[in-house]
Amino acid sequence: MGEILLQINNISVVYSDVIRVLKGVSLSVEKGHIVSLLGSNGAGKTTTLKAVSSLLKPENGEVTDGEIIFQGKNIQNQAPEHITRQGIIQVLEGRQPFKYLTIEENLRVGTATRAGKPYKQDLEMVYNYFPALVARRKSLAGYCSGGELQMLVIGRALMAHPQLLMLDEPSLGLAPLVVKEIFQIIKKINEDQGATIILVEQNANMALQVAHYGYVMENGKIMMEGTAKELSDNPDVKEFYLGMAASGIAKSYKDVKSYKRRKRWL
Amino acid sequence: MDFFLQLLVNGVCVGLLYGISAMGFVMIFKSSSVLNFAHGELLALGAFFFLALITWAKLPVLIAFILTLVGCFILGFLIERFFLRPLIGEKLIFVIMLTVGLAAMFKGLILLIWGGNLHTYPDFLPEAMALKLGSIYIAPVYSATLVISVLFLVLFGLFFKKSSQGIYMRSVADNQKAALSLGVHVRRVFALSWAIAALVASMSGIVLGIINGVNVHDLSSIGLKVFPVVILGGLDSIGGAIIGGIIIGLLETFTGGYISPSLRDVVPYIVLVFILLVKPYGLFGLVEIERV
Amino acid sequence: MRKFSFHPCGNYREDYAQELTIFDTDYGRVCVGLFLVLLFFVIPLTVSPYMLYILNTIGIAAIAAIGLNILIGYTGLISLGHGAFFGVGAYAAAILATRVGLDFYLAIPAAGVITALVGMIIGIPSGRLKGLYLTIATLAGQFIIEYVLIHWDSMTQGTMGITIPPAKIMQWEIAGDKSFFFLIFFCLVLMTWFAVNVMRSKYGRAFIAIRDNDRAAEGMGIPIFKYKLLSFAMSSFYAGFAGALWAYYMVSVTAEPFNLSLSVEFIAMVIIGGMGNIPGAIFGATFITLLNELLRYITGFLMNIGVVTSSGLNMAPLREFVFGLSIVLFILLEPRGIAELWRIIRSNFRLWPFSY
Repeated sequence: MGEILLQINNISVVYSDVIRVLKGVSLSVEKGHIVSLLGSNGAGKTTTLKAVSSLLKPENGEVTDGEIIFQGKNIQNQAPEHITRQGIIQVLEGRQPFKYLTIEENLRVGTATRAGKPYKQDLEMVYNYFPALVARRKSLAGYCSGGELQMLVIGRALMAHPQLLMLDEPSLGLAPLVVKEIFQIIKKINEDQGATIILVEQNANMALQVAHYGYVMENGKIMMEGTAKELSDNPDVKEFYLGMAASGIAKSYKDVKSYKRRKRWL
Repeated sequence: MDFFLQLLVNGVCVGLLYGISAMGFVMIFKSSSVLNFAHGELLALGAFFFLALITWAKLPVLIAFILTLVGCFILGFLIERFFLRPLIGEKLIFVIMLTVGLAAMFKGLILLIWGGNLHTYPDFLPEAMALKLGSIYIAPVYSATLVISVLFLVLFGLFFKKSSQGIYMRSVADNQKAALSLGVHVRRVFALSWAIAALVASMSGIVLGIINGVNVHDLSSIGLKVFPVVILGGLDSIGGAIIGGIIIGLLETFTGGYISPSLRDVVPYIVLVFILLVKPYGLFGLVEIERV
Repeated sequence: MRKFSFHPCGNYREDYAQELTIFDTDYGRVCVGLFLVLLFFVIPLTVSPYMLYILNTIGIAAIAAIGLNILIGYTGLISLGHGAFFGVGAYAAAILATRVGLDFYLAIPAAGVITALVGMIIGIPSGRLKGLYLTIATLAGQFIIEYVLIHWDSMTQGTMGITIPPAKIMQWEIAGDKSFFFLIFFCLVLMTWFAVNVMRSKYGRAFIAIRDNDRAAEGMGIPIFKYKLLSFAMSSFYAGFAGALWAYYMVSVTAEPFNLSLSVEFIAMVIIGGMGNIPGAIFGATFITLLNELLRYITGFLMNIGVVTSSGLNMAPLREFVFGLSIVLFILLEPRGIAELWRIIRSNFRLWPFSY
């Protein structure tokens, strides 16, 4: 195994002092890898990312237990400004552009972690990855399409030169072809820049195609982990996340036994 | 007709000042959703700082002006740091009342030091700055106001459009969570918006002090006039604040000139109520989308 | 005779009616009873006229503050026009007494009703406005009412003010601090009783629902506009009532006191006392009034011993400063106000010497 960039040891996250969302999650991310985090809604994927980026605080959440180690240093519950300045950038779910800023201004906000340094070259780089943005650089982000916005927010995060890029559901609400394009770009970014990427996805099929390693979460716990290949060959993952029956044909609702098996598995 | 034009010019000048001081107010509101009731006191503090520097310390006008702006910038920064930061995330009324409390403190402080009388600045604007357009005479104060206001507008336009810090500030106002995720120092942006608001307020305070004389009660009541201005323009629109300011300025001078001077101070509020009844989010404000 | 309950050692409530009781125990009931006896039979006969004057001012302010607490603390609508409503009440009573010749026991409630109507008019924007925008609308209301009070010469006699004939029941004239003490505190007890009970009725619950989430309240079938107006009406009724009492107590009415800083003072009473807490409003009124008197005393004392000469320094700046400072400190240190401090002190005593 290569160098470990991020190590999460047995963390618990509690919202509003009562709601325990993560119940002892551990995972490790190897430098230069794409690691994908799979799971159904409410499994705690987004919370895991927010625990790392420290964006729990505005939502009244807190890491109560365990530790998060980034490049050998303990970073849990630090202020978000400090986390981002160490090179951890999270791309929020649902795109969240700055609606009243132009595309180019949006990208410039990405330089906040290293304010005052030149950024022209980085703009060129982002426009290289996402040529679709060039034509719209002067228009307000509020008027752009979903695909353009997804490219925008990924590009915005790239402007910060992230060591660790955490993408939260980049495929949300996009057409299959656009999803494909975006995933290709993610892979390319990983290869060119050597950026480590954590990918949270519902679209397990797509995610496992680009990822090196994967974790499956359920109910605030890691249920399964393995290389992308192992996971996509696993019969349970196939059935529950890839929408295939064990035999490889599309799942039939007649298959009532699957519920029982899923129960045991959980 | 001359009287009309004269009022028009005065109204636009005063309105520009209202608009500019409202701009600082809107800036605070946009970035941190704080309604600042101490805005008038910030104006007054600026005016009195300047007064102290030129009459007691006898500094040259330009240096005094710059020192005042810098001083108020720092003051705004400190106010945010010590009084408002602990309240981030608290209920609206606490934040409002905190600024009301600050307003009372500042006013008390100014009264303790300078008393409640009317002070005037020594005459320092050269008569050469007066403009004559046909038969209307524009006093030096007003032409200086025009120059300073336009200068500030251009500077702020450049700051918010071009500089990185300006863009970070706008990003916080736009989507605070996303800004946080990209590493924008949100608390620094709050502090900076207070600092800039205080700077702008002190500038308007000085100019209004030149026009009307320096008096705590008058200057701090202008802080309340910011409300009709920003409501006209919408609480969250900086451009709207300028337009709102000019409208209120014109409205005031024309009521004062043609109807009755005593009605002058109430008219903005009457208009305000009507606007709120017809367009609840102001003329340029964004309609908030609410979900239960 | 049923058993006298001292203090329950747990939560024994079995239905919602018990949840709503004002006094958990007979102990609390007895305490309040003793306090009332003390208030009406001992205090007025023992304290000095100056203390009575302070107590009377507190009583009047407390009535108005309770009204504002209904609006701010229970319904969540922030009004900056309470001082003006107070003034409307004072003027309404004065005009009713001089022009119509009503007796005081009719004029005071009538003034309250008139103020309630004015309050409802100012409250109309609440149908469409929320939060900050509504606050600004009430600020406009404050200025407009103030303007009307000063400039409607034919009715309010402008800056001259109105002198009110003394309050009389039959031939018996209410004058002087002592008789006003009984009148004011009788009204205060009545108004407190009313407010406490309304707040645990259907209306109070509707107010609280609107405060916590007005859209959700609407979804639950509460006609929010109606209730917001009702809240404005109740609150301004209290303000008007207090204003009318004040007018009779002060004998003459002018418009100067009813400015924005009076409104701010009322809000400060509500916040310092504790929002959404009826006794809290009384605490707040006591605190602010005592603060004012204390500062007056201190400045007077300083002038007497010659630390400062009377020229150039009057009470206003220091008062203004300390007033602002106390608001700021309360908000930063104990945002739930004196009522919360009082609760903490009481529970400390109750549990003493074991804090758990």
